[in-house]
Amino acid sequence: MIPSIQTPEPYDPVLHPPLQAPPGHKSGSILERALRRGWFAITAELNPPDSADPRDVLKAAEPLMGVCDAVNATDASGANCHMSSMGICSILSRKGVGIVLQISCRDRNRIAIQGDVLGAAAMGVGNILCLTGDGVGTGDQPGAKPVFDFDSLSLLRALKTMRDEGTFLSGRKLTTPPAIFLGGAENPCIPPYEYRAQRLEKKARAGADFIQTNYIFDMPRFKAFMAQVRDMGLDEKTFILAGVGPIASAKTARWMRANVPGIHIPDTYIERLEKAAKPADESKKLCIDMIGELRHMAGVKGVHVMAYRREHLVGEIIEASGILKERLAAQASA
Amino acid sequence: MYAIRRFAVRHARAFENFYQGFERAVVGLDPLFRRIGYQRLEKPVAITERMVKGLLFDCKMCGQCVLSSTGMSCPMNCPKQLRNGPCGGVREGGFCEVKPAMRCVWVEAWDGASRMGDGRERIRIVQPPVDRSLEGSSAWLRVAREKAASGTPATTAKQTVANAFARARQHEPASAPLASEPRNATSTPSREKSK
Repeated sequence: MIPSIQTPEPYDPVLHPPLQAPPGHKSGSILERALRRGWFAITAELNPPDSADPRDVLKAAEPLMGVCDAVNATDASGANCHMSSMGICSILSRKGVGIVLQISCRDRNRIAIQGDVLGAAAMGVGNILCLTGDGVGTGDQPGAKPVFDFDSLSLLRALKTMRDEGTFLSGRKLTTPPAIFLGGAENPCIPPYEYRAQRLEKKARAGADFIQTNYIFDMPRFKAFMAQVRDMGLDEKTFILAGVGPIASAKTARWMRANVPGIHIPDTYIERLEKAAKPADESKKLCIDMIGELRHMAGVKGVHVMAYRREHLVGEIIEASGILKERLAAQASA
Repeated sequence: MYAIRRFAVRHARAFENFYQGFERAVVGLDPLFRRIGYQRLEKPVAITERMVKGLLFDCKMCGQCVLSSTGMSCPMNCPKQLRNGPCGGVREGGFCEVKPAMRCVWVEAWDGASRMGDGRERIRIVQPPVDRSLEGSSAWLRVAREKAASGTPATTAKQTVANAFARARQHEPASAPLASEPRNATSTPSREKSK
């Protein structure tokens, strides 16, 4: 049995006042609390259902509850239609699950997004991840109109303005500003490599309190990136969570590399899966080893586990990585 | 044209020098422009600007030119129109996620910026979202109006964006303009301008 690390009250927007940030915090988010306590944070990605049944959301969240500080509800990732991030968040907040609302700039303009952010905060969302979004051509509706009114950085700055200045970008006052912990993404393993750290700096400056990276399969490249990040002192300006995850087989890895934008999987990784008797187990083991290494890497403050269609493994992976044991020990000694 | 636009990036330093002089000249001409009337100048200058910058940079006439902060690589040529750096989908070799035959506009931008005197600093500045109501208007005239601004009070909306993106405005005043716009330089109805 995995020890539970989440102890929030289920949030009911009708019964409860909006979530407030404790002193020194920007939000009421469990993730922010864990990071500020110096805990090695864990977030995990939820596979959104193609369904209007709330029970399907709970079923998808089941393997992730109790093993992470926040569940990421993706926003039509890969430009494929699924239940909205907002819908998933409002269901999960009522279950007391820490959540990250994802906003992609691809589908909504500044009017829709700023309104959504107020709605999300009112529904108990404490974390928002600001993303550019994959192009519409990669998804199941390639004929859709791409919006891209904001980019991920102007979006971060706009939401920071809402939170810190208490106004829309139009200057109109908010009665209650959203208390949100703002996140951005970074992809250290794709070109232009030499500028990825600079882009991270720009995101921190735009307002990113935390960063979740894309999948890391290329450790040497990630290490080089982190060295640059530390040289620039960026690990002190924003909390960096490294993205990891298991892959079912070498074939899946090849397919992902060819078809999902922004995924870099080195040949050596694929070869290891190919040679393994049980590639799925090998990938899980590689993921656990990688978390082990990331836990002790200077500047890395947590991991973001993306186990697409392998969510049932997240608990095992986290358990085997020893993060929770370490945290419980820290809690007991405190 | 793609080839000319890449030439411009390779010669970003020369364009930077030229633009600095050109901007000073344009700003210096503000009193004359005012006497002629910005509204009367808007159309002919916009047509000229579209021709010149269209040829050199594949300019899309967003009306809020930030070329000097993007290594002389026009961000509006990015299929996602990103104004603040590349997305997470750049392909091996630095090619675009959406148009695989095209070099990523932002890989080019960093290349251009590294050739410029001030480029590497300016590319780090967070740019505001584009004001779509200024599309098609002259950014040259807008810079002249902004730099020679007479301190007329701006609307709350403009002031909020200018505050939120203060550094961008400092270097690229057209990115978050405060001066009132001539009627034919914006598609926003006159309700806002009369304030």
